[in-house]
Amino acid sequence: MDTQKTLLLVGGTSDIGRATALEYAQAGWRVLLAARNEEGARRNAEDIATRAGGAVTVHGLDVLETSRFGAFLDGLPALPDTVVCVVGELGEQARAQADLDHATKVIRTNFEGPALLLGLVAERFLARGSGTIVGVGSVAGDRGRASNYVYGAAKAGFSAFLSGLRNRLSPAGIRVVTVKPGFVRTRMTAGMKLPPVLTAEAQEVGRAIFRTAETGGGDVIYVRPAWRLVMGIIGAIPERVFKRLKL
Amino acid sequence: MELSGWGRYPRHRGVVVRAEDPGAVKGLVASHSGIVARGNGRAYGDAAIGETTTLLARPLDRMRRFEAETGRLTVEAGVLLSDILDAFVPRGFFPPVVPGTKLVTVGGMIAADVHGKNHHRDGGFGDHVEELTLAMPSGERWRCSRDENPELFAATIGGMGLTGVILDATFRLKRIESGWLRQRTLVAEDLAGAFAALEETSSATYSVAWIDCLAKGAKLGRSLIYAAEHASAEEVATLRPGAPLFAKGKPGRLGVPLDLPAFTLNSLSVAAFNELYFRRGAAKAGDPALVHWDPYFFPLDGVGNWNRIYGGHGFVQHQCVIPAESAKPVLAEILGRFARAGKASFLAVLKQLGPSSGTISFGMAGYTLALDLQVSDEVFTLLDEIDGLVVAAGGRLYLAKDARQSRATFEAGYPGLAAFRDMRRGIGAEGRLSSRLSARLGI
Repeated sequence: MDTQKTLLLVGGTSDIGRATALEYAQAGWRVLLAARNEEGARRNAEDIATRAGGAVTVHGLDVLETSRFGAFLDGLPALPDTVVCVVGELGEQARAQADLDHATKVIRTNFEGPALLLGLVAERFLARGSGTIVGVGSVAGDRGRASNYVYGAAKAGFSAFLSGLRNRLSPAGIRVVTVKPGFVRTRMTAGMKLPPVLTAEAQEVGRAIFRTAETGGGDVIYVRPAWRLVMGIIGAIPERVFKRLKL
Repeated sequence: MELSGWGRYPRHRGVVVRAEDPGAVKGLVASHSGIVARGNGRAYGDAAIGETTTLLARPLDRMRRFEAETGRLTVEAGVLLSDILDAFVPRGFFPPVVPGTKLVTVGGMIAADVHGKNHHRDGGFGDHVEELTLAMPSGERWRCSRDENPELFAATIGGMGLTGVILDATFRLKRIESGWLRQRTLVAEDLAGAFAALEETSSATYSVAWIDCLAKGAKLGRSLIYAAEHASAEEVATLRPGAPLFAKGKPGRLGVPLDLPAFTLNSLSVAAFNELYFRRGAAKAGDPALVHWDPYFFPLDGVGNWNRIYGGHGFVQHQCVIPAESAKPVLAEILGRFARAGKASFLAVLKQLGPSSGTISFGMAGYTLALDLQVSDEVFTLLDEIDGLVVAAGGRLYLAKDARQSRATFEAGYPGLAAFRDMRRGIGAEGRLSSRLSARLGI
């Protein structure tokens, strides 16, 4: 390879982040892992470097500290070719209903932080004239449900932001991809009973992200195709019926 | 939560806790008694089920570092052998020892001191471990090697997780020129022939015999002997021109989605299968063939959940080793009893073992015989009789496979037991780290 490409993976301690970074590293990319928990990210960085045989570095970043985003991007060894943001926090819906601080954190972690960071990345990509941005959204953002609407609303906001960004940057040749993983078997879902057809392994999500962003096409993808059908049906239920469902 | 081993017998209810990272192990071990680590759950019986609490160590699945010059690899204990193969075979490296399934963790391979088809030459996996880290019940972390805490190191090799929770390990991968094995198949018409063939191939890196254990009388011990070497680049070019040196393994295509009803596995269907297997193998005997590493080492991994073919009651695997001097007559007697009882088992595996270094490791210079049996009362009676023959011959049973041996059988077979118990007392593991197996056998 004559020029090695660089990935910035935001959310370097998550299982999906780890799997995605490994896909890129195995394809010969240099990987920059950004995470708040740098020790946890270093554990993943060593793992990826050992498995793939490449270079992986760790860069401290808290997506809630928006004022430091500019300095963070300036401090990277290079402006990446692709930025993938997998940051997310499910939070607790019941707690978010009563505790404004918790709700604010869920909204900021899932929407404000990732959106503003990728917005800033977009400006730099535009100035350079190239780049790919991948945001991990959620099927929970497709329609608000009683069981997780604070998280879902934040993810919906993030999806809308990415959609607008895509609309704006597409003529300049900069790609923006939205990935909706559905259920994923990770630490977050360990012990939960999940329907097998709708549940992906983190590796599968990583592969889908790499394929969509780097070798194939697609703007908004569901990792498991069955989700498109499920969310299509959920989206088609009239609100007067939907509001009475227990979802 | 109910847990069982790969044999799905026995099943035990208990508390299950997950270790998300190496730092979390300390707290979990300190706050639970009767705890043992579980890797990928491939021990057949009750070795990886805590007496009260089971610590899931699979999340400790990070690789740490690799030096290509020396082949030294350091990984966390929950890393799967299959992940190591995926990452390193294409780079020209192979683990020093692999057991019959790649779906095991490194921690499990050390705890059972697993052996491969090269044990007669290269020893067990534990013989290749240079260093490991243990989380102790006291909350301390101890590094162990042949120079640092050597007694604890020796007790941990084959120590069934009872000397501390293995957090990470360092061992050396060996260089290979290709991902292919150059395999030679020998046919033995009876047990004497099988022993002769194993002796003849004992200079080969890998050798193993698959016995049709339903063949009786003059055919008792009829088998196929597979001997193999890692193929050089030149051999690949000669035997299979144009083949890639490191072809990717195929993921398992077959699976057993449901428990088969118990009657599927009667002795007629097994005898038919074995006949077919034997003839197919014998037809290919003679000339060396190139075989991909995956089906060569891990033929059953291609059939997902094959443990379900034995039905809902589960099965036990009986694996004994008999010292070299008495191996031939004793194994003939054992095999004869299995054959006469006609207790359906697909194939039995016979191979030569060398000595091992762990305090209670399974390996000893001799021959090991392993076969699967569907769980039933008659099977347990038969196995008790067979254990009597094993004990009388100075042999022992493999703890990673065991679900039912008696304390007397165990104590007779493991002369290192007293030293092992002393070690456990000395490090404060007694009463703290315990599995259903250790409770059953009084370790």
